[in-house]
Amino acid sequence: MSRAALDGLVATFPQHILETTDRLGDEVAIVAPAGLLEIATWLRDTPALAFNMLSDVTAVDYLARNPRFEVVYQLYSVSKKHRLRLRVPVGAESPSLTSVTSVWLSANWAEREVWDMYGIRFEGHPDLRRILMYEEFEGHPLRKDYPMQQSQPRMDLRRKERDAVEEYKTLYVDKLAQARKAEP
Amino acid sequence: MNRAIADALAAAPERGVQEDVMVLNMGPSHPAMHGTVRMVLTLDGETVIKCDPEIGYLHRGFEKQCENATWSQVFPYTDRLNYCSPLLNNFGYALAVEKMLGIKATDRCNYIRTILGEMARLADHFTSLGAGALELGAMSAFLYAVEARDHIWDLVEEVTGARLTVSFARIGGLKEDLPDNFAERWEATEPRLWDVIKKLDQLSTKNRIFMDRMMNTGTIGADEAISLGFTGPVLRSTGVAYDIRKDSPYFAYDRVDFEVPVGTNGDNYDRYLVRLEEMKQSISIIRQCLKGLPGGPLNVDDPHIMLPPKELVYNSIEGMINHFKLIFEGIQVPAGEVYSYTEAANGELGFYIVSNGTGKPYKLRVRPPCFYFMGGIDRMIEGGMLSDIIPTFDTINMIGGEVDR
Repeated sequence: MSRAALDGLVATFPQHILETTDRLGDEVAIVAPAGLLEIATWLRDTPALAFNMLSDVTAVDYLARNPRFEVVYQLYSVSKKHRLRLRVPVGAESPSLTSVTSVWLSANWAEREVWDMYGIRFEGHPDLRRILMYEEFEGHPLRKDYPMQQSQPRMDLRRKERDAVEEYKTLYVDKLAQARKAEP
Repeated sequence: MNRAIADALAAAPERGVQEDVMVLNMGPSHPAMHGTVRMVLTLDGETVIKCDPEIGYLHRGFEKQCENATWSQVFPYTDRLNYCSPLLNNFGYALAVEKMLGIKATDRCNYIRTILGEMARLADHFTSLGAGALELGAMSAFLYAVEARDHIWDLVEEVTGARLTVSFARIGGLKEDLPDNFAERWEATEPRLWDVIKKLDQLSTKNRIFMDRMMNTGTIGADEAISLGFTGPVLRSTGVAYDIRKDSPYFAYDRVDFEVPVGTNGDNYDRYLVRLEEMKQSISIIRQCLKGLPGGPLNVDDPHIMLPPKELVYNSIEGMINHFKLIFEGIQVPAGEVYSYTEAANGELGFYIVSNGTGKPYKLRVRPPCFYFMGGIDRMIEGGMLSDIIPTFDTINMIGGEVDR
């Protein structure tokens, strides 16, 4: 189906594409982390491919492998009706990757979940908070070295909730005051 | 568009009567926040200028549990993903593992999966429309819808033995065949469903209050919706005819004739209309499938995948060993990875599976449609009124079990 997309990828980014397969009818490209953002933008903006939907982002922890993690992107083109999967290897030492939130909006929450569950940071993500777990949670539960029966330390009651009014003030009111001050 | 209103309001130098903005915690325990989800709302008067949805209150480690269960033991967990249409989750997962194994379910199995899947979709849409109407004050519409859902659940109970946590699918087939009198039972149920659909239509579609609350609220554009990863009725309401049943048919969907209803405005009212029309299509699909239901075997004939019949387990050593190996070691799925997707009641339900060649999944990721709705709901809410949150939240039909896993 999207064999053309794979061939196009290899021809355009020979330095970033590590491998391509199409086993079981799923086209897959393994992409070097350095080329991710460029390739994502290219895949979305090339009219013949038009991958305008990022269906899903997840990660796999291959504990024994090097590099340890692999971040997996499922792409779909609503107009062309074809799919493509990108797999990006990420090392075990303070794992991080470029965020694709600037390309697809759905990456926002999906990347937050990958950070929460696997501890992979996304550089350039606008709001990288935990999403399913609470802020004080220790560790990343879907890593293979996180035991099934692991318990978490007791935490104190929060003295104060996250304050949306404070956030609002710093976002808008303070900026506005500064802008006014700057005016002659 | 809504974003622009919110930004303009937030940056407005004078605040009017109220000096400061107000923060409202909606949920996690609020009757209109189905499941448990919390929204931190920043309000200017009654206008929402910032909405921050927080999920995770129903998180139970679905993926972690699945990594420690055999391939067949995952079925009960999938029941609890979208608990309004558990059958669709069962079948979606079964299809994913079958893709991995490289096997195809039999014709009869595909037809029965289509029938039961559409019944689950009907139940889901009834729940969604009924609850939506209830929260806008239409108690009677809700009671009719729940009655219709109960008729469907009675049928589901007849087939599977359970009403909600059915675990009916098996890898390579189904637990058992349809009961002999299923077609007659359906004949008796179908007019009742039509009756309720008609009543829902009469009670809501042209209801002044309902229209005022649904029209032009929670609007989203097609391009934004695609970029946000929206699928299912929510995306179709924006005019994009993306339906996996049509675009990449599975089960028996390529052998039945049905329409994909689309909206134009992408607002709550369109989402309601799309769901109402989809229910009619579902009934038509079920009728066509029952008419063309082929005979032949129900399950694939492969002792490495299907459990042997009980007579063999108790009376022959080969059957006993076969049973033991499948239960204790699990089905041996070849190493590899696969992404399989089906059209669940709310949209694209995807399973990304990685196997290392053993009886347990190495990684099992669910792509829940509602998770992405929640990721984009702030764009539908911001700039609107506080009261618009209720219909918007209803028509995206968020299911906590699926979002939080």
